[in-house]
Amino acid sequence: MAGKTLYDKLWDAHVVRHNDDGTCLLYIDRHLVHEVTSPQAFEGLRLAGRKLWRVDANLATTDHNVPTTDRSHGIVDPVSRLQVETLDQNCHDYGITEFSMSDARQGIVHVIGPEQGATLPGMTVVCGDSHTSTHGAFGALAFGIGTSEVEHVLATQCLILKKAKNMRVRVEGKIPPGITAKDIVLAIIGEIGTAGGTGHAVEFAGSTIRQLSVEGRMTVCNMAIEAGARAGMIAVDDKTIKYFHGRPYAPAGELWEQAVAAWQDLRSDPEAKFDKEVTLNAADIKPQVTWGTSPEMVVPVDGVVPDPDREFDSIKREGMQRALKYMDLKPGTPMRDIMLDKIFIGSCTNSRIEDLRAAATVVKGKKIAKNIRLAMVVPGSGLVKVQAEKEGLDKIFLEAGFEWRAPGCSMCLAMNADRLEFGERCASTSNRNFEGRQGAGGRSHLVSPAMAAAAAIAGHFVDVRELH
Amino acid sequence: MEKFETLTGLVLPLDRANVDTDAIIAKQYLKSIKRTGFGPNLFDDWRYLDPGEPGMDHSQRRINPDFILNQPRYRGAQILLTRDNFGCGSSREHAPWALLDYGIRAVIAPSYADIFYNNSFKNGLLPIVLEREAVERLFRETEATPGYRLTVDLASQKVTTPSGMEFKFEIDAFRKHCLVNGLDDIGLTMQHVDEIKAYEGRRRKQAPWLFSE
Ligand code: SF4
Repeated sequence: MAGKTLYDKLWDAHVVRHNDDGTCLLYIDRHLVHEVTSPQAFEGLRLAGRKLWRVDANLATTDHNVPTTDRSHGIVDPVSRLQVETLDQNCHDYGITEFSMSDARQGIVHVIGPEQGATLPGMTVVCGDSHTSTHGAFGALAFGIGTSEVEHVLATQCLILKKAKNMRVRVEGKIPPGITAKDIVLAIIGEIGTAGGTGHAVEFAGSTIRQLSVEGRMTVCNMAIEAGARAGMIAVDDKTIKYFHGRPYAPAGELWEQAVAAWQDLRSDPEAKFDKEVTLNAADIKPQVTWGTSPEMVVPVDGVVPDPDREFDSIKREGMQRALKYMDLKPGTPMRDIMLDKIFIGSCTNSRIEDLRAAATVVKGKKIAKNIRLAMVVPGSGLVKVQAEKEGLDKIFLEAGFEWRAPGCSMCLAMNADRLEFGERCASTSNRNFEGRQGAGGRSHLVSPAMAAAAAIAGHFVDVRELH
Repeated sequence: MEKFETLTGLVLPLDRANVDTDAIIAKQYLKSIKRTGFGPNLFDDWRYLDPGEPGMDHSQRRINPDFILNQPRYRGAQILLTRDNFGCGSSREHAPWALLDYGIRAVIAPSYADIFYNNSFKNGLLPIVLEREAVERLFRETEATPGYRLTVDLASQKVTTPSGMEFKFEIDAFRKHCLVNGLDDIGLTMQHVDEIKAYEGRRRKQAPWLFSE
């Protein structure tokens, strides 16, 4: 018999029933809930008079709308406030544990899940948010769902799904100095495109991925969705297991031993077959910067803005032309000459403690450039914030001229007050550079935390490798 | 959920690839706790010249006359014709809600992002996949012919042009069944409550650390 992939194993372990039409009813172990995609689901539940299937499988937090400045007066915007209060009320009514705005553990849903040990290896993890793929970094099957599916999980603890195809992206070789998980995943997306993983569950493998810390692996899986894949995942190893030891929701004592034994099998069998395979060499990867309005529009920092006239595919060419116009860039411009207005270090891609340490190392003892109107650091969770403050990172940022904010999604999607003004250009550690994503008319360039920090000091993009 | 059987409707050609869900419905409108009312804000950034916020009177805003949706000949369109990877980006179900609220009942494109595709069915919006050449042809005909209408027949899985040309499309049998009958997934899953409970019992034994109650 042919071997199984990690995805096959996770899938098979959660099948409740096979339907005649080839779909399956799949059991969901963990459901993470936030304020934006859940109100209509709770409303649906209420209207149909349905109960929650399993209260303890749910964990909620508020992240998209919350202010990152002083919270003592609550949320000013009445529409945002109502949405956050609606989540508080729904969690209260249904008995769901919620890390509300004033809770020390509050943060971005994809940061707090693993931080609490609420997502664990071998689980199926869903959330009404496409970056749920992040949790796949721990050998879990994790993917984003829509609001109807949120309601479906609340009511039945299951989803009706069709199995995706298997794809493996291997990155091999030693990680070159100055290269981070973010550069690796941007390079992958540059290689396979934003639809490269569509219809597939992607396993990231190879010696480079194994060298990454679990936090780096989360960054890679986080952006699987930007490569078109609903789920990204990485096999369990000792780093994974060590990460969960002692976390609040992780098992302890005898249960811990039992769980660890079960997790050993969470890797693809050597003879497993993949429908699609791609391999990259770590040695070829340089610090990455996006130039356009799609994450696949990415080049190395020592590169230039590409020329649409050299693109043969007419649809792609038009896309490039539109992006250049929106981004106000000319073909052939060196990426290093691009001047910036704002710097955003945060989001579920890059707001964990390692990310903040990497950025702090670059800015230590320096000042942000005169042309930078705002540089902000938004920790991924309250606990990340506390840890960073313990290490004195907040001081390093503040002394350099950064703002040190409270946790949330913030300028990743600008649903709260943090946003780009029309025409402003930003180096951002988030995951999407779509038109208007960080504010109407705003221009986003995606980079790693170290690259964003270096850009803040220089006022334009610089190659972090030259700072070493 | 509204049933979907056949539809003959005006076609709106949106000639762009990779239209993301941020473009379909901008984030400021996601603050709503309702499923309806998103229609006036479909493609907000492209459609209006001034920035929009929830609660505004959108009929008073400055229209972008260059955007296709604002051209009088496409008023009342029910079928959106577009390019590859439509609906990429965030999982927001507000994207199909906004399309439906505007009046779109079917989308035709060579490919879709997975979550958007899935979300559409759950709301009675039919995402049709046609070959790239067929889409190209429909773009040409739509742009050349004011009042261009297509007929979508879900039962026979066909799109028919005014000149009688037919394009077959594939659709999952279960999804088709749900759309044609306006069925709600939760109701269907509830028919298998015993199986879910049996599975849960097994899982509790195999992986007790996943259950705190
Ligand atoms: S940080 Fe950004 S990408 Fe992540 S969940 Fe929040 S809004 Fe979504």
